[in-house]
Amino acid sequence: MEKMSGARSLMVALEKEGVELVFGLPGGANLPIYDELYKSNIRHILVRHEQSAAHMADGFGRVSRRPGVCFATSGPGATNIVTGIATAQADSAPMIAITGQVPSKMIGRDAFQESDIIGITNPIVKYAFQPMDAAEIPEVVKKAFYISSTGRPGPVLIDIPKDVQQNEAEMQFPNEVKIRGYHPWVDPDIREIERAIEMLLSSERPIILAGGGVIISGAFAELQSIAELLMIPVVTTFKGKGSFPENHPLSLGPIGMHGHAEANKMMVEADCVLAAGSRFSDRSVGTFEEFEKRLKIIHMDVDPAEIGKNQTTTVAVVGDIKASLRIMVKMLVQKAIKRGDNNPWLKKVNETKEYFRENLKLHPHPLGAAKVLRKLREVLPHQSIVTTEVGQHQMWASLFFDVIQPGTFFSSTGLGTMGWGFPAAIGAKAAKPSVPVLDIAGEGSFNMTENSLAVSVLDNLPVIVLLMNNFSLGMVAQWQRTFYDKRMIGIDLKNCPDYVKIAEAYGAQGIRAESIDEIGKAVQTALKSDVATVIDVPIDPQEDVLPFVAPGTPLKDMILPS
Amino acid sequence: MWSIISVLVENKPGVLFKVTNLFRSRNYNIDSISVGITENPEFSRMTITTSADEKQLNQIIKQLDKMIDSVEVKHLEEKMSVYRELVLMKIKVSKPSDSMEIMNLANAFKCQVHDVRKTSIMVEITATPDRINAFEDLVRGYGILEIARTGLCALPRGGINED
Repeated sequence: MEKMSGARSLMVALEKEGVELVFGLPGGANLPIYDELYKSNIRHILVRHEQSAAHMADGFGRVSRRPGVCFATSGPGATNIVTGIATAQADSAPMIAITGQVPSKMIGRDAFQESDIIGITNPIVKYAFQPMDAAEIPEVVKKAFYISSTGRPGPVLIDIPKDVQQNEAEMQFPNEVKIRGYHPWVDPDIREIERAIEMLLSSERPIILAGGGVIISGAFAELQSIAELLMIPVVTTFKGKGSFPENHPLSLGPIGMHGHAEANKMMVEADCVLAAGSRFSDRSVGTFEEFEKRLKIIHMDVDPAEIGKNQTTTVAVVGDIKASLRIMVKMLVQKAIKRGDNNPWLKKVNETKEYFRENLKLHPHPLGAAKVLRKLREVLPHQSIVTTEVGQHQMWASLFFDVIQPGTFFSSTGLGTMGWGFPAAIGAKAAKPSVPVLDIAGEGSFNMTENSLAVSVLDNLPVIVLLMNNFSLGMVAQWQRTFYDKRMIGIDLKNCPDYVKIAEAYGAQGIRAESIDEIGKAVQTALKSDVATVIDVPIDPQEDVLPFVAPGTPLKDMILPS
Repeated sequence: MWSIISVLVENKPGVLFKVTNLFRSRNYNIDSISVGITENPEFSRMTITTSADEKQLNQIIKQLDKMIDSVEVKHLEEKMSVYRELVLMKIKVSKPSDSMEIMNLANAFKCQVHDVRKTSIMVEITATPDRINAFEDLVRGYGILEIARTGLCALPRGGINED
C-alpha cells in the first residue's frame, strides 16, 4: 500500500501493464493526469485532433496485439474520440481510451466541457469504467487491460473525474483480477472439431473462409497447415485479407462486394465452408439467405454471440481461433490425414483462378489502380505494414495488392472510417518502428486526418502515404454513376489542396509521381527517408472498382468489368 | 412468441441502462421489465418479457450473456416457472350498484381492494398476465381511470440444483 493521487496511480498502473507510450491531447479536465505523465517514463505523442489519437492507439493495438492507449479531456475531447472507439469496436481492436471528466460534484449540472461519455459510448465499447474513488483506479486499469485484450478484443473506456485524479488514497495494485460475468477463455469442444473434420472430408467442394479472427489470434501457421493438409482453397473476408499468403497456390483472395472474381465464383460453388473468425458481414456474403441455404457452415469464433447471428451453422466451435485450429491440425496429423491435389474441385478452382488472372479486364488508363498497386507490391518489402483509408483505393488494395506476409495488412473494415489509415499507420509505426509502414490512401480520406503529418514529423514516426488521388470522393462517385443515373453531387474535391505542398508545409516530403516508373522510384525514395513521405499519384477519376457485387445482392450476381 | 428472460446482473449503477440500450441498439423489443435486488445484495435480478422469434431470442440471450455485467441469463419456460405481475387499477364508479359489482369481481379474482371512494375503487391484482387481462376485460365496461403495472417477475420452479 502506498499513498498517492489518482492520477499518479493511473501512471503506475499503466507502467505495470507495460505501456510505454500514449497518444493524446491535454485539456482542463485531464491536466492532473498530464502532470503525472510529465513525471513518468511514458512517452506522450501529441496529436492535433483526438480522433487521430484513438486511431493511432487502434493501429498500435492491431499491430502489437496489446491495447493502444489514448488520452482525451472531457466534453469535446471525449466526443472527438467517439469515432475512433466505434472503429476499434467494429474491428475488434484492443484499445484503452482514458478521458478526463468534470469533477464528480459537477457531473449532471451541465458543467463547462461536460459530456456523458459513458452514456454516449455505451453501445460502442466492450466496457466502460467511471471510478468515483481514487482508490479504485489501480483495479480499474487492471480490469480494463484484461477485458480489452482477452477473448474478442475491443475498446475499453476509463472516464475519470478531475477530483478523482487529484484525490490521494492508499493504493493497492492487484496482480490479477477476476470478473464474475466475463469468461473469455473457452476451451473449444473437441467433438465439434471432429465433426468439422468429418464434414470437410465428406464434402466435395470445401472451402476455407478466413476472417479477421485469424489475424487477431495470429493463427497463420495453423490455417496454412490445415489448408495444405486437406488441400482446401482459402478465401478470406476483407478483414481477413492477409491471414493467408496471397501468393500461395491455394489462395483465392478476399470475397465480397469487391472481392476477387475467382474468390466469389468459387465461394458460390462450394458445398461446405470452414469459416474461421468471421462474422459473415453483409459486405462479405452479399445476402445472408443465399449463403446458408446452399452451404454446410462450420463456424469457429471466440464470441459465442456470433454463432447464428447472421448465418445458421451446421457445426459451431466456440473458442480462440488459434487454439481451435491447432487442435484441428493435431487431429489431422494424428489421423495421418493428408489429401492430394488431384480432384475435380481443385482443378476447377485452379482453372477459374487462372482464367480470371489472365482475362479480368483492367482499367486501360496508364495509372490504372491495378498497375499502381502491383508496382507498389514490387517495390515494398514483404514485411512492411500496410494500412488503408476508406474508399475506392481501399477496395483496389483488396483486389490488386497481394499480402504475402500474413498479418501485415490493416484497414477499417467494419465501420469504414475515412481518415483512419494515416493515423493508424503512425500508431503501427510506433508499435513496430523497424519495418516500413505505408498507408494506401485516397485524398478524400487522407484529407480528414492529414494534420497527423505534424505528429509523424515531430515525433519521428515516418510513414509513407501513397495517395491515389482522383480529385473526388471516388466511391460515392462510382455509386452515383452506377445507381443514380450519373447525377453527380457532393463528390468533386477538385485539385485542392496540393498534397505535395501540404506535405512540405509540415516538414514532410512530398513527391508527385505521374507514371508507374515514378511511383516505384518515389516509394524507394520514401523507404530511405527519415520523415514522412506523401506520394501524390493523379489517377483517373473515371475508374470504377470492379468486380462489384451490388449491396443486397448475392455474390453470384457479381458485376465484372466489360 | 412471448418469452420470459431472467437475468442476474451486478447490482450497480448503469446496468439497467446497458440492458435496455442493448435491446434498443439491436432492434429487439422489451414488453416488460422488472428489476430488484436479490438475496445477495451484490446482484439484482431482471425479469424481461419480449416478443421474439426463436432465432432472435437466441441472439438476445447470447448478447445479454456477453454483457460483462450480467452474471447469469436464463430463458424461463412458462410451464417450468412461476410468473406473476402486480397491477394497480383505478376503476370508475358511476352508480351505487357499480361498487358492489366491482367488489364481487375483485373477490372472484382474489384482488385486494385498497381505496374505496364514491366515484372510484382501486384494486390490486397479482396474477399471470392472462388472468390480469381477463379481469381488465371484465371491468373495462365500468371505465378504467388509471393503471400501473410492475412488469412480470418470475423464477423457475424447483430447487437450485434440481432439474
